[in-house]
Amino acid sequence: MSGGKEYPIEELVEMALKMKSYFGKKGGVTVSGGEPLLQSKELVSFFKRLKEEGIHTNLDTNGRILNHFAKELLDDYTDLVMLDIKHMTEEGFERITGMKNKETTFNLAKHREASGKKMWLRYVLIPNITNHADLLHHMGKYFKNYKTIEKIELQPYHKLGVHKWEALGWEYQLKDARENTEEEIQEAVAILKNYFKEVKIN
Amino acid sequence: MEVKQFKEGIWTEKINVRDFVINNVVPYHGTHHFLTGPSLKTQQLWDICKEATKEERQNNGVRSLDTDTISTVSAFNAGYIDRENEVIVGLQTDELLKRTMKPFGGFKVVQKALSEHGVQPNENLTALFSKYVKTHNDGVFDAYTSEIKKYRSLGFLTGLPDNYARGRVIGDYRRIALYGIDFLIASKMQDLENIEGPMSDAVIRLREEVSEQIKALKEMIELGDKYDLNLRRPAQNAQEAVQWTYMAYLAAVKEQDGAAMSLGNVSTFLDIFIENDLQDGLITEEEAQEFIDQFVMKLRMVRHLRMGAYDEIFAGDPTWVTEAIGGMFADGRTKVTKTSFRFLNTLYNLGPSPEPNMTILWSQDLPQNFKDYCSKVAIDTSSIQFENDELMRNNRGSDDYGIACCVSYQELGKSIQFFGARTNLAKTLLLAINGGRCEITGTQMVDGIETLDDTYLDFDKVMANYKVAMKEVARVYNDSMNIIHYMHDKYYYEKAQMSLIDTNPNIDIAYGIAGLSIVADSLSAIKYAKVRPIRNEDGLTVDFKIEGEFPCYGNDDDRVDELAKNAVADFNYELKQLPVYKNANPTMSVLTITSNVAYGKKTGATPDGRDKGVPFAPGANPMHGRDSQGAIASLNSVAKIDYNDSQDGISNTFSIVPKSLGADEDDRIDNLSTILDGYFSRNAQHVNVNVLDKETLLDAMERPEEYPQLTIRVSGYAVNFVRLTREQQMEVITRSFHESM
Repeated sequence: MSGGKEYPIEELVEMALKMKSYFGKKGGVTVSGGEPLLQSKELVSFFKRLKEEGIHTNLDTNGRILNHFAKELLDDYTDLVMLDIKHMTEEGFERITGMKNKETTFNLAKHREASGKKMWLRYVLIPNITNHADLLHHMGKYFKNYKTIEKIELQPYHKLGVHKWEALGWEYQLKDARENTEEEIQEAVAILKNYFKEVKIN
Repeated sequence: MEVKQFKEGIWTEKINVRDFVINNVVPYHGTHHFLTGPSLKTQQLWDICKEATKEERQNNGVRSLDTDTISTVSAFNAGYIDRENEVIVGLQTDELLKRTMKPFGGFKVVQKALSEHGVQPNENLTALFSKYVKTHNDGVFDAYTSEIKKYRSLGFLTGLPDNYARGRVIGDYRRIALYGIDFLIASKMQDLENIEGPMSDAVIRLREEVSEQIKALKEMIELGDKYDLNLRRPAQNAQEAVQWTYMAYLAAVKEQDGAAMSLGNVSTFLDIFIENDLQDGLITEEEAQEFIDQFVMKLRMVRHLRMGAYDEIFAGDPTWVTEAIGGMFADGRTKVTKTSFRFLNTLYNLGPSPEPNMTILWSQDLPQNFKDYCSKVAIDTSSIQFENDELMRNNRGSDDYGIACCVSYQELGKSIQFFGARTNLAKTLLLAINGGRCEITGTQMVDGIETLDDTYLDFDKVMANYKVAMKEVARVYNDSMNIIHYMHDKYYYEKAQMSLIDTNPNIDIAYGIAGLSIVADSLSAIKYAKVRPIRNEDGLTVDFKIEGEFPCYGNDDDRVDELAKNAVADFNYELKQLPVYKNANPTMSVLTITSNVAYGKKTGATPDGRDKGVPFAPGANPMHGRDSQGAIASLNSVAKIDYNDSQDGISNTFSIVPKSLGADEDDRIDNLSTILDGYFSRNAQHVNVNVLDKETLLDAMERPEEYPQLTIRVSGYAVNFVRLTREQQMEVITRSFHESM
């Protein structure tokens, strides 16, 4: 683990409590990353405390890990999983993330479905790379019978992040990717609406 | 015409508008989808108004002036915008946007305002007012002590209503529609009959006041006659109800040019008449909206004659036609009606606007559809503000109230306010550090304050001195208020408004403070870091060097938020000890209007690291850029100020960029409604909501002609951004625009 700042769990709970009156019916605490499942063990204690305080818990993950702690976290303490689907093929997955772990993501989805608890999918739309009719149909067909999926959120790719990668001295894998046209976004929405209850553009 | 039968109650026998509303209102829980667009007539009228306001802007802010007539309720003949298209009639004068002289607040001010536009008052009037007629301003300065004058000129007390009308009084304008003037006169005659001796000052004064009120009511009948409206009798349908209510308000703004001339809470009341006519098939929804659109259009056209200097404290030519919308009844039903929606809909039909100053009375229990519509309107227009109905209704005791000026509770028809501007609490703190001397001029202001000569400021010593300074400043402030309100009653009594209020109402005096965040952060710096004052050869502080870190107000950190909370409580306590003219009940606000810029100019460097002359944060806001922990932490800090210590209101102006409020419109609406629920559940009192990007404002500075209606909430009111001075625009832009929650 590198970067970031360490907080004692109780301090985080305290911060959440100060905001609790603003959560309303839909709000709560979302843990994202990096990849939060890398800290599953600690998150079990954190989410457990949040549940004791009546706070909604939400995990934003790409599903890279599914060990004993991750399962406990998901099954017992996570109200909502937001699962990031990078790509529908292993090659695509590798191109985007530099790793071959399509299967773990899909295993996590299966595990969640079996537990019967809420899940949203998230998907970044990159013209031709992920925003491609065949891939979208593929994803739709794969997940269409999942009862726990409430909606899919689409994040149209934008180049605002490029400079951050460059500043960190990392090679930006998607340098050549371009942004979606409004038409391309709407076409993607139209396809996915055949398979998902709700399709949302972020 | 058939007279509509309403459900009877106490209101049938004696004046009690609240009882009428409770017995006849039809609360509405539905969505906004019933609303309609502007009628053709409304559009044609509004085009004329837009053209006229454009001419006004191009002509140095004034379209036309009258220099011959003293404006009174019945002084001018009927005026129209375009008679054919007007379903609601009435202008302050015989011409759209003409400004008039209301010289009883102060004749010199009128002369100055006119001369700034190259004209003079009629010679006869000038002779009259220089030799024979005394004004409020003359009276006040006859009675002012040299001490008060010193506090005033050095900027410890600022914006006092001693040369302009105090405003704030809200007439119960609904009364004319419900009862007709004949009934109101009869009722006041009865009151007068019952005011008997022994003839003490107070009794004599009250008899004179009620007699004045009766005269004003008779003048209002004349005003109606000029427009062929028979105001002697009650309104008999929806159109008349709106028209009669507007005539009552019009009478007030013809006679008085108070800083704030609030409307009250007419929307729920008017809905009863509208709903009746709709049910009976007498009008369509389009016509109902047309009445409200045209009423609101008239309210947008209200103007007063102001001098340039006035703009420093009340920037952008505001009139504070504040209308409270929504809220709950004590019996648990909502006060939201379809006409609540119709009022808000004017911001679409006529476009955004600072006036009328629409104020949502928020409760957890408001219908969700209404909450979400309000959030939508705030996001789309940045024109409305929100106040905590749960808090005010329960703390102050009535569910029938309006908002006086910006943020202040005022029970309708039963209570009034004495406006008290504000004192500069940051300068008061500097007295504590400078041996009771003004930090800029060295003038001795307060005796008995020990000189501090330690290298670093000692928190306990500063606090002890500060308490002495507060007590003295409060005393001088109270003296000035007693003089001002005595003289205002004597020379510029609000007879028209008071004729629509119960005889001998409850009175709150509305004191105020500015510089709260500066005081809190300064005390925090002294307590948690080391603060070394840099003094000039006269021993006055010119700068402060801070060593180490200290928590700043606005980050939900109790260490400093507690200091802010106590600063409010302590000064309020001092004020509460002092007797007030007419036995008014002391209340206090944390509110600056736009005077935070002027106050900053008059205040030297402060121990929080703020440089000399730098603007304060407005109202109860954290200082610009210091609330770095996100929007919610900032809101939480302000919510800690106890309403019991500041019953006149705690103003918070909150700006957030659209994308951080949510990805799309639905999310933003949802999130704003949730934030408001959360904020008010913590007993916060008020919030202005701006949802916009800084870039929009910067562009509007460059190309003002492209943004004639761009509206932004500043401090308890809204302004046309392009009507602010460049300096004020810059101050707005430097405020915190939250980019994270």
